[in-house]
Amino acid sequence: MGRPPKLRAIGPASYELPIGFKPGMRVPVRVYGTEKLVAEMDDQVYQQAANVATLPGIVRASFCMPDAHWGYGFPIGGVAAVDAETGVISPGGIGFDINCGMRLVRTKLRWPEVQPRLRKLVDALAARVPAGVGSRGFVRATPDEFREVLRGGARWAVRNGYGTRDDLAFTEAQGCFEGADPDCVSERAVERGRRQIGTLGSGNHYLEIQVVRPEGIFDAELAEAFGLGFPEQVVVMFHCGSRGFGHQVATDYLHEFLRAMPQKFGFPVIDRELACAPFASREGRDYYAAMCCAANMSFANRQVILHRIREVFSELFGRDPDALGIENVYDVSHNTAKLERVRLDGVERRLLVHRKGATRAFPPGHPELPPAYRATGQPVIIGGSMETGSYVLAGVASGEASFFSTAHGSGRRMSRTRARKLVRGRELQDRMSARGILVHAASQRGLAEEAGFAYKDVDEVAEATELAGLSRRVVHLLPVGNVKG
Amino acid sequence: MTSASAFEFVDRVTSDLCFVARGASVEDVFAASAEALLAATVEDPGTVTARVRRSLALEEPALDLLLLRFLNELIYWKDAEQLLLRPETLRVSQAGAARLEAQLAGERIDPSRHRLEGDVKAATAHGLRVGPGGGDGGWEAAVTLDV
Repeated sequence: MGRPPKLRAIGPASYELPIGFKPGMRVPVRVYGTEKLVAEMDDQVYQQAANVATLPGIVRASFCMPDAHWGYGFPIGGVAAVDAETGVISPGGIGFDINCGMRLVRTKLRWPEVQPRLRKLVDALAARVPAGVGSRGFVRATPDEFREVLRGGARWAVRNGYGTRDDLAFTEAQGCFEGADPDCVSERAVERGRRQIGTLGSGNHYLEIQVVRPEGIFDAELAEAFGLGFPEQVVVMFHCGSRGFGHQVATDYLHEFLRAMPQKFGFPVIDRELACAPFASREGRDYYAAMCCAANMSFANRQVILHRIREVFSELFGRDPDALGIENVYDVSHNTAKLERVRLDGVERRLLVHRKGATRAFPPGHPELPPAYRATGQPVIIGGSMETGSYVLAGVASGEASFFSTAHGSGRRMSRTRARKLVRGRELQDRMSARGILVHAASQRGLAEEAGFAYKDVDEVAEATELAGLSRRVVHLLPVGNVKG
Repeated sequence: MTSASAFEFVDRVTSDLCFVARGASVEDVFAASAEALLAATVEDPGTVTARVRRSLALEEPALDLLLLRFLNELIYWKDAEQLLLRPETLRVSQAGAARLEAQLAGERIDPSRHRLEGDVKAATAHGLRVGPGGGDGGWEAAVTLDV
C-alpha cells in the first residue's frame, strides 16, 4: 500500500495525481474510490497508471476505477482514451483475456422452487459448461468454421441455433465487433481456441446462481426495467472471456510490437507489458482487427454458455426456456478497446477507448443502447467474490467524465499464493456450504485462491462508483450456487 | 541438465502466480521453469509421464525472451493438443541471438490420473529475469504466469 503524497482529492470519491508525478506524463492520473479503497490500492497501481499517462495520443486522463489493482502494463481497472489518428493501441490496455466480460440471465423462478434442486442444478451446470485445465466445449469447429465464429461473434452462435435474436439485442455491440479480420490472426491462435467455445476457463472465472433479496433492491424502478423486479427471483451470472485464443492473439502482437517499438516507431519501452503501436500503423490496425476477432470469439463463447444454461434449466424443471423466462438481461465486456465518438472541448473526436478491467456504462438516451434500456441507461454488471455477492448498476450522464467507464468487479487485494496459505479449498467449500452457498470447483487450490478475503469489499466498490458519479446501484445479488473455473 | 534445479512460488503480484527457478546452468533454469509451469497446472507433476514427444527449436534476441517463448510454447501445446510436456533434453546457446533446441516429452491430459489445478494462460514479461544468481555460480529466473 503506498498512497502517493501528491495524490489530491478533486471531488467525491475522486482523486488526481498531477502531470509531473512521473517524467513523460501527458495527462494526469485520475483515481476513483473511497478513502478506504484508495488507501488499500497497491503502489503499483499509481506507477502503472502514470506509465499509461505517457502513451502518445492519450486525452483527458489516465483513469483508475475503484476496484483497480496491479495488472500487466495497465492496472486492472485502468481506462485510457487515445486519439484514433495520433494515438496508440496497447494490448496491455485491453488485457490478455480479450473481451473478458459478464453476462446476467434472469429467470421467472423463485428461490423456494430452486432451493430443493440446487445440488442437481449446480452439478448439471458444471457438467454442461466445462471449466478448468484442458476443458473443451461441445461445439466442434474446423479452422474455417472457427474463422466464421471470429467474424460473427454471438451472431454466429444464434445463426447456428444457440440462442435468440433477443439475446443479441441485449448484448454489447449486438454480440459482434465490426472490423474483425481472421487473416490477422495466427494459425496457432486458431488451433488454440477452436475447441474452447462453450467453456468457462479457470482463475477468477465462474458461473453463479444468485437470488434477488428485497433488501438488495436499491432502485425498484430500474430493477423492474431490467426484469429484476420480484423478490426471491433466481438469476444466473457468469464471467468468462476468449480463453486461450485471446491470450494467443495478445501474446503474438505483444512480441511484434516489442520488435517494432524501437526499430520502426522510435518508442521507448518503459514496461514490456505496455508495448504499443500507433493505431494508424499497419501493426496497430492488424492488432485491432485481431482483437475484434477475439472479442467475437468471447461473445460466441458466452452465447453458447447461455444456450447450455437454458438446456440444463429446461431439463431440470421440465419446462421450456421461454416458460421459465430465461432471458438475457445484458452482456457487457470489461476488456476491450473500442472506437467511440466523443465531444471533447466542443469538438467531436474519434477516440480509441481502452478499458481493461473496466465496464462501459452508457447513460440514458445513448443511441447505442437497445430501446428497452434507452430510458434507464445501460445495465452494468459488477461481479463480486463468490462469497460476497454481485451488483447490477446503471450508466449515468455524469459518467462522461471517465468516457462512460466504471468498475468491473471487487478487485483483488491479496496474492493467490498468500490466499492459499490462509485457507484450504475443502475448508472454504465447507464454510460456504454452511452459509448456504454451494460450490462446485474444478480445482481445490483454485478455489482457495478465490476466497472472499482475497478481494476488496464489493459493497464499497459499488458505492464508490455511485459517489464518483460513474454509475448508480440498482440491485445487489446474493450467491447461492457457484461453478468455479 | 543436472538434478540441481528447483523452483518456488513467491508472493509478488496480486492477480497471478510468480515463481523463482534456480539451477546450476542456464539449461537447468529453463528445465526448472518448465517444471514450475507443470506444478501450476497439475497437483503432482510426477504423475506426468513420457508417452509422446515433440521437438522444439526457438530463437529470440535475448535470453529472457527465449525463456518466455519456451514457456508459452508449452502452454500452447496444453491448449491446442491437451499435452502436458517437459524437456527431456534441452540446449541453449547465446552466440548473437539466444537459441534453444529441445526434445519435449509428456502425455495428454488425463483427469483420472492428473489432478488438475490452474489453467495457465500465458507466461508474461512482467518482472521477467534470467541470469546468474542464487550463489555458487548458479543461474536464476523469475517468471510471472497469468492464470
